[in-house]
Amino acid sequence: MLQRFDLLAAFWMTLQLAVLGAVGALVLGTVIAVMRVSPFSSLQFFARMYVTLIRNTPLTLILFFCVFGLMNAMGLRFGESRDTQNLFWGVVAIAVYHASFVAEALRSGINTVPVGQAEAARAIGMPFLPSLRHVIMPQAVRGSVAPVGNVMIALTKNTTVAATVGIAEAAATMKTMIEFYPNFLYFIFALVALGFVVLTLPTGIFFTWLSRKVAVQR
Amino acid sequence: MSVNSVLFDHPGPSARRRNTVITVLGWLAVLALLGALGWGLRNEFTALKLRPFADGESWRFYIVPGLLNTLKAAGIAVLTSVVLGLALGCGRLSPVRLVSRVCGVLVEVFRAIPVLLMMIFWYYIAIYVLVLGREVAPLFGVVMGLTLYNASVIAELVRSGVHSLPRGQREAGLAIGMSEGQVLTSVQLPQAITAMLPSLVSQLVVILKDTALGTAILYTDLLKQLNDLATYRGNVVAAMVFAAVVYIALNFALTSLAQLVERRLRRSSRGGAPMDADRNLDAVNAGAMASQVETPGSRL
Repeated sequence: MLQRFDLLAAFWMTLQLAVLGAVGALVLGTVIAVMRVSPFSSLQFFARMYVTLIRNTPLTLILFFCVFGLMNAMGLRFGESRDTQNLFWGVVAIAVYHASFVAEALRSGINTVPVGQAEAARAIGMPFLPSLRHVIMPQAVRGSVAPVGNVMIALTKNTTVAATVGIAEAAATMKTMIEFYPNFLYFIFALVALGFVVLTLPTGIFFTWLSRKVAVQR
Repeated sequence: MSVNSVLFDHPGPSARRRNTVITVLGWLAVLALLGALGWGLRNEFTALKLRPFADGESWRFYIVPGLLNTLKAAGIAVLTSVVLGLALGCGRLSPVRLVSRVCGVLVEVFRAIPVLLMMIFWYYIAIYVLVLGREVAPLFGVVMGLTLYNASVIAELVRSGVHSLPRGQREAGLAIGMSEGQVLTSVQLPQAITAMLPSLVSQLVVILKDTALGTAILYTDLLKQLNDLATYRGNVVAAMVFAAVVYIALNFALTSLAQLVERRLRRSSRGGAPMDADRNLDAVNAGAMASQVETPGSRL
């Protein structure tokens, strides 16, 4: 059974979705977060709309929109083979969805910085940019390590949604395997579930360790 | 604004001028972006492609049944996960070592497994083990998957709610001769539930959103129905935008309810202070190991 279905290849696809999606979500989320805290009402408005709308939309729907709408119906294709096209739009959907959560996580990191820190920096005569660089941002980034880590764990688990558009990642492969070998239902499920624990557990431990290591003493 | 007061000074005259210029440029950029989006999608919103939504038939056979199925799955899952979540949460706080260990392991396991994996598993359990038939099996799979996952989230909320109470509450209960169980059910839980109510309502948004995963196991929810309609009428983009509007409207209503509940609770003096609706939910939803990370965040 394990020879017939390449579970490792399926988890490789899951890993690709997770890593590429995470990179995309971090980049886009940072841009959105910066817009959200900028002093320009137009950019604030855009960022707020983005976060509100995306957070309230199911990931499955965003994925359907990308794959069935943009890729199939409108013919926006990137990459050579069918597989790379699927992967591309899968990554885009995952990145777009989780970017809104990354943006909120970063913003909550900024919110952990007490106003007194900025006031103190100003009181000792620091100009705007140095105070941002040496006083506020270091604390804000440290404060957002843990929430960003939580988003990354959720992102890894949410890559399974790609199964709904026929991307051959772990959940889709599990479904096919069960269809062919219903007798091994429990074994197959336990195996794939274990695979996800193997992926998320180190991530969780790493971010917990990192957030403790860089935590700001207050 | 609290954020801006940390990051920025009050702008002086020249900074204000610069801000105005950038704000206006920003509006132009936003409008340009929306315009480009509209122009790119213009062929997807022609009268022909919008007609299915003006059709009685598509409402009768696709949209309304789909919406009802989504609400049905979400409604059942909310009830079952609240019940199971309270049970698991109380079990985890039980003074009996074995009970709290078992509940703890169950909560961690249910949280670590992706919801969709759980749905697929229970779908096939329904088909091969319980022999429920292909009509009931998808609903069973969706509800079980949502229930186990969200029950574990609620169990964590119960636990953090009880832990956030002052120790004196429990000690006072024990001092007047109540048993551990009595203290939990008649002193700690009522206060904890009040405190966790906003988070609980926020979690309903997660349940509602996750019903869309049922598409993978052929549950005819709103998303699948609209996708089927779109395949048949050739208007996927318009159908997905329509679905998004419905989901956003439903979730917006729930979020407003959460905020209303939170404001009410903040005003009333009964019970513990309510936890921030979004606080910790993120950590709880993240699953594996995240319970040790206590941070403000947003619901995932």
